[in-house]
Amino acid sequence: MERLTGAEILWDCLVREGVTDVFGYPGGAILPAYDAMLKYPIRHVLVRHEQGATHMADGYARASGKVGVAVATSGPGATNMVTGIATAMMDSVPIVCITGQVGSKLIGSDAFQECDITGITLPVTKHNYLVTRADEVAATVREAFLVAKSGRPGPVLIDITKDAQQSSCLYDWDAAAPSDDVVRRVSAPTDASLREALALLGQAKRPLVLAGHGIILGEATAEFRRFVDTTGIPVAVTLLGIGCLPASHPSNLGMMGMHGEAWVNTAIQEADLLIALGMRFDDRVTGNLKTYALNAKKIHVDIDPAEIGKNVPTDVGIVADLGDVLRAWQPSLTRLDIADWRTRVDTLRGDAAVRDIKNMPDDGHLYAAHVIHDIWRATNGQAVVVTDVGQHQMWEAQYYHHEQPRTLITSGGLGTMGFALPAAIGAKKACPDAEVWVVVGDGGFQMTMCELATIAQENLKINIAIINNGYLGMVRQWQEFFYERRYAATPLLSPDFVKLAEAFGIQAHRIERRQDVVPAVDAARQHHGAVLFDFRVEQEDSVFPMVPAGADLHKMIRRPSPLAETGADR
Amino acid sequence: MHITYVVHVEDKPGVLNRVSSLVRRRGYNISSLTVGHTDTPGVSCITIVVEADPSAAARIEANLYKLVHVVRVENVTALPTVYRFLALIKVSASVETRTQIMQIVDVFRARVVDVATDSLMVEVTGTDEKIDGLLDILRPFGLLEVARTGQLAMTRGNAARGAAAKAAAADDAVDSAVVSFSV
Ligand SMILES: Cc1ncc(C[n+]2csc(CCOP(=O)(O)OP(=O)(O)O)c2C)c(N)n1
Repeated sequence: MERLTGAEILWDCLVREGVTDVFGYPGGAILPAYDAMLKYPIRHVLVRHEQGATHMADGYARASGKVGVAVATSGPGATNMVTGIATAMMDSVPIVCITGQVGSKLIGSDAFQECDITGITLPVTKHNYLVTRADEVAATVREAFLVAKSGRPGPVLIDITKDAQQSSCLYDWDAAAPSDDVVRRVSAPTDASLREALALLGQAKRPLVLAGHGIILGEATAEFRRFVDTTGIPVAVTLLGIGCLPASHPSNLGMMGMHGEAWVNTAIQEADLLIALGMRFDDRVTGNLKTYALNAKKIHVDIDPAEIGKNVPTDVGIVADLGDVLRAWQPSLTRLDIADWRTRVDTLRGDAAVRDIKNMPDDGHLYAAHVIHDIWRATNGQAVVVTDVGQHQMWEAQYYHHEQPRTLITSGGLGTMGFALPAAIGAKKACPDAEVWVVVGDGGFQMTMCELATIAQENLKINIAIINNGYLGMVRQWQEFFYERRYAATPLLSPDFVKLAEAFGIQAHRIERRQDVVPAVDAARQHHGAVLFDFRVEQEDSVFPMVPAGADLHKMIRRPSPLAETGADR
Repeated sequence: MHITYVVHVEDKPGVLNRVSSLVRRRGYNISSLTVGHTDTPGVSCITIVVEADPSAAARIEANLYKLVHVVRVENVTALPTVYRFLALIKVSASVETRTQIMQIVDVFRARVVDVATDSLMVEVTGTDEKIDGLLDILRPFGLLEVARTGQLAMTRGNAARGAAAKAAAADDAVDSAVVSFSV
């Protein structure tokens, strides 16, 4: 056993947890930790704002499946992290945030840069810790990692006082192992519930899988693929479920919900059995609960018992690891006899395709959907795309067809603007060989664009596509549809993004015509450094279809059809 | 309806805050909350009464179990359970009324714990109704001060753990025909 300072113990534990990269910003209360960091094999990314550090840790975790780590000082450093922590909480992303705290003797005295960050983050962390002694550091860090990644993952914060970092104690890593009780063991699924679910599946004429983030978080994509291939069951995915089954897979219908494909939402309303796997019936995917999937029995599998029956009553609820359930089902599965249902779904699909903006003649305007579609083609659907929040996010989900899990990284639950640029830095750090694209609105980009400096300092190859429509587009769309086009506070004056990027030493181009998109994207892919695009797209374009908030899922506002304009279109 | 949970928690700083914050955050009202030690060192017992729809009972329990410091949650609402409150009541008492008050206190099986020249302090335990009843009768004498605790709850006999598990399963049935989980 050696004698180490709390700061040294912190880094030693992080290294033993497999941490290689951290994202942070120093300050007085975390200085001892920063000083000790130099002795450990840790790569530190200096962010430009602590919110960025949390999103980077988040992007790192989503891209790799490993725990992401963010570091900040006390007070303002810590409070700047709150948005990123809440973002990770809502999307069940395992990150560990480490904050410095004033000396333990000063706690409660309103000392300089003191702030009750464990109190503030209580409702947005899976768990948090205040560490006031060096000899608590090892056990806390070990437990924090276990809590962050076990069960339904989530963010954990460790607040360490300055004196706990500075003082020393005997360090015994083995003795600091977390107790078994920390993790709630999920039981193996019971035979009864598994059989009950299979019986429902056997009787169903119009079954549909609702596939969510849990499949990816639970590393169950292979098992899921086998389940789908064996049964031939159609699959609808949530925004965060994108990538759990290749977009090109014949059973993958696409995204459900507010901006889901019309045929997907209609299929949900017509289904007689929904099998929800690792998704949580968020209001953005159900619309009006009173009219949601009334014809369907529901099987809900989730690792979190608090999700079962939360929004939608279930007929069979199974709380277990998704992989375990799918493996247990597999031997009993057979091909389902649902040819009529598949034909019906295909018909719905064909009807919607004529409205697809992608299939409309080029009218000389640049549409965001075109830009995304062209980026998808140019990157062979293989890029890791990190999106922000707004219209461009929905267009990305509709027009970039992801073949692999963990290749769409986006803030779903909290819908945090400003997420994309920093999260992409985290993703690139986690997967240095991946082609990383940022798809971001002109609004959200300006929330965290200071991280361009981080990209420059770290010399990262990230391609940034600003979908510049001159508005806070998604809000403008709501104003157009529901507030009689009164555009209160949505027109947006932006800086010259090309000049801005160049100020950071980042290559940049403004693109205004469709025919310039593919050549520009191709060139960017060849360029060794980061490239930023200012895509000047149609300003008052809207995302279709749209289920207005709280409306019935099948009552979508459809894109006006250029071919068949009928009364039924609305 | 009122749902009563007996929650055993690790005695860590802030644990009460975590429990109450969770219930508040999920949108339920806490109508009573009592905290104290158990005979296990390091484990405290929180008796918490929550106003919620019966269908939410299992979900609140599941949410409580998500807190790292929660050791065990029992929903005792549907179980044979002894519920107790405690109250201290200071009532004016002159030489003339003192005997009368002490007789009432006897009938309620309460106790006089302090005697002053012009007042008495009464300690009473029991159900909410019993304490209300005593207060009603003492009111005409002049209530000077009343301090009441929240509710304590303990299941009768040793049926508790098995029965609690069954009750939880029955609650789930409100939401789902079949739910399998143990935490
Ligand atoms: C931090 C934050 N503030 C406000 C919102 C509300 N909001 C949702 S979408 C949106 C507009 C986004 O505009 P922009 O970034 O330009 O993207 P676009 O919708 O035009 O693609 C706003 C303001 C949000 N999601 N996050």
